[in-house]
This record gives sequence, C-alpha cells and structure tokens, in this order.
Amino acid sequence: MNCLAFIPTKNGQATKAGLEAVSYAKQCGATVTALVVGELNGDGGAGAAGASKVLHMGDNLQDEGQIARVVAAAAEAEGATLVVAPHDHTGRAVAPRVAVRMGAGMVPGVTGLLQGSEVKKNVFSGKAMAHVSIETDKKVVTTTPNAFGVASDGAAASVEAFSADAGEARLTVKGFEASSEDGSVPLPEAVRVVSAGRGLKGPEHWGIVEELAQAMQATTACSRPVSDMGWRPHHEHVGQTGITIRPDIYIAAGISGAIQHLAGVNQSKVIVAINTDPEAPFFKAADYGIVGDAFEVLPKLTAAIKTLG
Amino acid sequence: MQFRGIESSVLTYLWGSFDAVIWALEVNHSMTMKFLVCISKAPDTTSRIAFTEGDTQFDANGVQFIVNPYDEWYALVRALELKEQHGGTVTTITVGEADSDPVIRKALAIGADDAVRIDANPQDALHTASLIAHHAKQGGYDVVLCGKETIDHNGSVVGGMVAEMLDTAYISLALSLDLDGGKAQAKREASGGLETVEATLPVVVSAAKGMAEQRIPNMRGIMAARTKPLNVVPAEGGVQGTAVAKFELPPAKGDCKMVSADAPEELVRLLREEAKVL
Repeated sequence: MNCLAFIPTKNGQATKAGLEAVSYAKQCGATVTALVVGELNGDGGAGAAGASKVLHMGDNLQDEGQIARVVAAAAEAEGATLVVAPHDHTGRAVAPRVAVRMGAGMVPGVTGLLQGSEVKKNVFSGKAMAHVSIETDKKVVTTTPNAFGVASDGAAASVEAFSADAGEARLTVKGFEASSEDGSVPLPEAVRVVSAGRGLKGPEHWGIVEELAQAMQATTACSRPVSDMGWRPHHEHVGQTGITIRPDIYIAAGISGAIQHLAGVNQSKVIVAINTDPEAPFFKAADYGIVGDAFEVLPKLTAAIKTLG
Repeated sequence: MQFRGIESSVLTYLWGSFDAVIWALEVNHSMTMKFLVCISKAPDTTSRIAFTEGDTQFDANGVQFIVNPYDEWYALVRALELKEQHGGTVTTITVGEADSDPVIRKALAIGADDAVRIDANPQDALHTASLIAHHAKQGGYDVVLCGKETIDHNGSVVGGMVAEMLDTAYISLALSLDLDGGKAQAKREASGGLETVEATLPVVVSAAKGMAEQRIPNMRGIMAARTKPLNVVPAEGGVQGTAVAKFELPPAKGDCKMVSADAPEELVRLLREEAKVL
C-alpha cells in the first residue's frame, strides 16, 4: 500500500503532529511518501519518522484549497491509496477537500491504526469510540495529535521537487498574532497541560497556574466558566464545547469536573485533580487527587517539581 | 381627525414614505447577501451515552436533542448579526428525518428566515456534505456557515467538503467573521496563535467558539417560528464513504489515588516513578 502523508511545517521543520502522521502511516504497513508545501530544511525529519521519500513544493500556498489540489495530485502521481494528514488546524482544512477530490471515504481524528478498511476514532466528545469502516478504495484519515508516537529510527529520506497546478488563491493570510510569547505548545498538541477553574476566584490569581506550567513545560488551559467570564482567552477553554486534548498529564485545579469538561480531557493519559471539595466529580475521573486549596497546593507542587531539576 | 396635533393625512404620508424606504433597503440588500447555515441535531451535552442493536446504533431512548452548540451559538447567531448589518436572508439547512424538526424550529425561533430539511438519515460526513452541496448549488448563497464540528461525531469535515464541492474558499475554525466589499474577513485558530485571513465570496466558514454570543429565543420568535417555511426536500446527490461498524464505551476508570495536601512531593514522585509522565 502506498501512502501519501501531508505534513505541515513551521520554519522548515515538520510539526510534531505532521511527523505523527508519517509514523502512523508507516505503522499501518504503508510505503510512505511525505509531502511538504512551503519552506523545508533537509527532509524536515520525515525520513526518521518513517518516510521513504519527501515530495517538496516550495510555493508558499496559504489557501488550503490550493494545498488540497497539490495533495491530491501528489497522491495520484504516487499511486497512493491512503492519504494521512494530522487533525490539526491545517489538516482539518485540507483533508476534507482532498477526500472529495479523490472520491475517498474519510475518517477524521483517528486514534487507532487502519486495519484492513477499519479504523477507530473517538465520538461523543470522547465519551465513546467508533470503529469506522471506509468503504472506498481510496482512503483519507487525519490523526489525532499526541495519540501516536513519532518514530526516530528511519534513514534520511530523499527529497524530490514536486509541482502541480494549485489553481487560483481565494484565501490569503493577512496577519498572525502568537497566542503565547513563550512559544509554548498549542493545546491540542500539548503533552503536558495545567488547567484551572472558578476555584481560582479571579484572573489575577493565574500566576500560580502559570508558574506550575512553566516549571513542568506545560501549556495552560481553563474551564468553560473561566473563559466565559473573560478571565482567560477562549482558546484556553478545554471541554466538550472547547478544545479536546489528550496530553500525557493533565493537572486540573479548582475545577469541579462537570461532564462537559471531562468530555474534553478524559483522553489524557494521567489526570490529577486538586479541589477543596472531596466530593468533586473530578476525583471519580482522576488518577491522582489532592483535597486541598489550590492557592496552597499549586505553589508547593511547583517547588517540588523544580527540585527535580 | 387629528392625532397629537398632526393631521392624519400627514401621518399617513410619513409612514408611507418610511415604509417605502425600508422596502427599498430590504430589496437592495436581499439582492446581495444570502446566508445558508448548516444545522445539525445532537444529543444534549449531559446525555448518558449508550448503544443498541449490538453496539451499532446510538441509543436515543430518553436522550434530549439540542441544536449542535457550534451551529447554534456561533454559526447561526453570526449569520443573523451579519444579516442585521448588511440585509439579506438567513436560511438553515439540515440533513435529517422528521425528528430533526424541533431543533430546526428552534433555529427559526432564534431568527432564521426559513429552513430546508433534506429528508435523509445522515450516514457520514461525505453523505451530509454531498446532500447539502447538491442543494446549495441551486441557491446562489454568498456565505455558507457551519459549526466547527458536531458534538456527537466530532468530525470537523462537512464544511471543507461542502467548500470543495461548491468550489469556493473555506475559512476553517473561524473565531470572527465580517463582510466588506465582496470579501470575507476572519480571525481563525492556527498553530500557536491567531491568523487574520481574507477570502473571496462565495465562502464556506466553520465557526469556532467566540464568533458570537448565544441568543435565547423570545416568545415572539417562538411564535413566529411556527409559521416560518420549513421546506422538506427529497435527498438527491448523496454519496457515502464510510459506515460505523461498531461503537464501544471506554473502559471504566480505576480508583483515584489520594495524596495529602501537605505532601505534593509525594505526588511528584508518583507521577515520575509510577505513572512515568514527568
């Protein structure tokens, strides 16, 4: 089976989510060709992750409709029956268009390997899983960020120039504002997340949350009431109607653990709940719990982590 | 006859010309902006999730259905706000059987002008998108909005597919949307920040949290919704690419290990040595 993995890059390097897509395809038993559109240094890390070669189109295309045309053309040129892209911001805009162009059935946000024509994904905001059968010969899947590891044992891949008719641009990017000055990992891709809720009593108290996050190189998040009250920006809201995350570790302080919040975080590998109320529902969903005041526990936790060095 | 000192003939004249101005504005704008909002029904966020028929069907027994929150709170409300600014019409479109009618009436109560229901049980994103696109092709819509994903299948796919089928620009995961001079401007989520983008019309937009504030339908809206057009049309042009073979519930969570609030270093030790995540 030939697979084309579309990998978004940042400053010439493949994103972690992009490399996960490459390793995923390799693990599914495919011969993997990676496609990079835009700036690329070396093979972008795609070879180590499992790609046999990298197709590179240097044009800086911003309209995902154009990128989708290039992806579909590359899949055609490579005889690929499987296209894999990460279920990140770019993949979500590109992959559905590719599926239509290829006449392929598509499963977004997979969490298991493609076995035959069947693949697993989360549904009902993480409250259940579905085994989905793709009924077309050509298949498109997008991989849930941080659900698959990145292999590092492959050889460097050869890079070939590629070009295709991308059509006209109908969307242009006019500006970009970074959401964090420290360049921390975006929430959907984050491996460690520290989150807080109404128990923090006000936005002026977020320093202790940020200090813990910084000490453990984690991304900060919050509950829905906190973002609705404007204490924290919307893009930090994790939960059923916010962002779904699946970090290795999720620490929640002062969040009761309503079912809608749990839906967005229950794929985390390890959950730590910190709450003054021993009856808080979060303790039923957590692996580790501390009954205590976040104002006292978080600084102590930060200090304990700093001693790890 | 006099009314507050003004002759009724004058009043009639004033009202008449006022009506004419309003009419002219409406005609002028409705020629320019047609909004189509994709509305899906979804189980309420507090629903217990269970399956029937050998775990192949969602168990809707006792489940309260709502308008998918992203469709309602953000896509529909922003379409209404843009209609209020620019004039035009807001039509909703739903792929579903008659049990979708209550959520469609709610969308009408919030303020949509009319609704289309494509009479089919949606099978997957490709099926839903192909049915919507087939209908939308005949409608000449300037802006097609949908929520960024449904809270049942969490696909985030229909908008992009509709855009490709209609051969239009697609702004995914948009946090804001404005229209100016035949172009759409939006801020959208991007890796590590927010992008400002501009797209030509017609455009398909998927709405993320922050695009608008939720509107609660008032009694007048609820009454009006009863008589607004809800056009049921046969399913045409639908293609399907996938099918759910089986659903599965996640394994039950083990007990939560409690650590004393005075010993956070013990928690750190457990996270490092037992859970191996630090």
